[in-house]
Amino acid sequence: MSGAEFVPLSLTPILIGVFAAIACALPGNFLVLRRQALIGDAISHVVLPGIVVAFLITGTVSTWPMMIGAAAAALLAVLLIEAIRRLGGIEPGAAMGVVFTTMFAGGVLLLERSDTSTVHLDVEHALMGNLESLIWLDAFGWGSLLDPEALAGLPPELFRMGLSMIGVIAFVWLFWRPLKISTFDEGFAQVMGMRTNLIGMSLVAVSALAAVAAFDAVGSIIVIAMFICPPAAARLMTNRLAAQVGWSVIFATLSAVLGYVLAGYGPLWLGAEDSVSAAGMIATVSGIVLGLAAVFGPARGGTQG
Amino acid sequence: MKRIALASTDGQTMTGEAPDQSPIAIRGMTVSYGQKPVVFSVDATFPEGSMTAIIGPNGAGKSTLLKASLGILRPLSGTVTVFGQPLNSQRHRIAYVPQRASVDWDFPTTVLDVVLMGLSRELGLLRLVRPRHRDKAIECLSRVGMAEFADRQIGQLSGGQQQRVFLARALAQGADLYLLDEPFAGVDAATEKAIIAVLKTLKAEGKTVVSVHHDLSTVSDYFDRVLILNTSKIAEGSVADAFTEANLQAAYGGRLATAQVAGIPVAG
Repeated sequence: MSGAEFVPLSLTPILIGVFAAIACALPGNFLVLRRQALIGDAISHVVLPGIVVAFLITGTVSTWPMMIGAAAAALLAVLLIEAIRRLGGIEPGAAMGVVFTTMFAGGVLLLERSDTSTVHLDVEHALMGNLESLIWLDAFGWGSLLDPEALAGLPPELFRMGLSMIGVIAFVWLFWRPLKISTFDEGFAQVMGMRTNLIGMSLVAVSALAAVAAFDAVGSIIVIAMFICPPAAARLMTNRLAAQVGWSVIFATLSAVLGYVLAGYGPLWLGAEDSVSAAGMIATVSGIVLGLAAVFGPARGGTQG
Repeated sequence: MKRIALASTDGQTMTGEAPDQSPIAIRGMTVSYGQKPVVFSVDATFPEGSMTAIIGPNGAGKSTLLKASLGILRPLSGTVTVFGQPLNSQRHRIAYVPQRASVDWDFPTTVLDVVLMGLSRELGLLRLVRPRHRDKAIECLSRVGMAEFADRQIGQLSGGQQQRVFLARALAQGADLYLLDEPFAGVDAATEKAIIAVLKTLKAEGKTVVSVHHDLSTVSDYFDRVLILNTSKIAEGSVADAFTEANLQAAYGGRLATAQVAGIPVAG
């Protein structure tokens, strides 16, 4: 594959996929260890109606309205869960499940009934994103990386996702110790004077940021996969948290790159005509990586290992 | 305005009397889960240099009292002072050892790393772990006989070894007040001996130790004071005064057969 073909068509989608995967995998490590892995799943579901409503109000798919819409939807979800739990006396797990799926379904219906033909926002994109379309039309080869004119034509999603990833990295780096201690032993952390509720809520907020930014680029399928699969696979590779986080970044990157390439070229290699969904393939690869780690990972079986 | 609000929520009485200077003083503590009070209107004082067992039947609110006193649970009412000051200003003087079962021992971390958590106040958010921190952690591990396990993953330890690591972490905090939640639950005899030796050393150094305790037969060997609890406080005082058959019957009632009480070396 030549640079003339690779740089405009594949470089930016792969980078966006990698950024999205890393941004979700990093907080995913702590969510998985806190037995809150499905929070990522939940967030990616509840934010959909918020994003759609934000679009209906502003008429554009831009970052801030989407973030505000998503945050409002998340808040509404929390209130609804509490209301159902208290009024109906229903156990929290069931209350959450009902709220998440109902809000996502509501978002899908809303999306279907609104005119979003001018933007990349429809049911298919909500599920699978539009990674393949985030191409760099102004590029003509590797040389474009040094060409200011071509660089100006980079898809805005690249910067949005890149910034989100940097924000997530900064959060995990800065609050590494509180995150680690409060995840391992919340009572101890509280007595030390740590604001464990605040730490937990910040983790969820950062996860939401990653989910919303990634959702826009890659849809909700890989958001869910990236929160859980790379960290879970990484846990099976090591018994050290720092090493686990390192492995999760490697697995996230591997899944994004390999998934994108396999989706684009795999079917051709097998003699088929069309490529398949990149997001779907990335999620599949991350699942396969987890499967391999479960069979061959050196730290599998935890305490018996 | 703020000052007044802080003073009233943090337990200083507004009547002007001097606050209790003891390491931990609990006043009118009531905690409930739902409608049912688990701890009801408990007053307790733990004098400096004392070693107190909190005893009582299952569900008597022993752990709950400890957690509420430390701000882990929110009480319905009640105030706590630590060395005569609000809890939040004295947290650096407190080491808390939670129940071993309260954490996930499959967490990806090493023994040394857990002990280093006891130094987090010193390390702050981003300061690097230096050799002197490492040495301090190893020294605390030696005090509980666990130095050679420093690099082990915590999940590979036995229950007793895990409990000793928790105690080492508390030692690393260099606190004046040690609060332990059932440190002897499910541990081997060697561990029990090691832990009690460390606690007695702490007491000899003038530190204050409070421990939720289950085994009535060891109370008079290990501790010099008891707080007997069954939702309300039944008795509080020196082992000689408070650890009596009558108080135990009052706390445990039918759950403690007279024959069992007869086997316990109670006071009097």
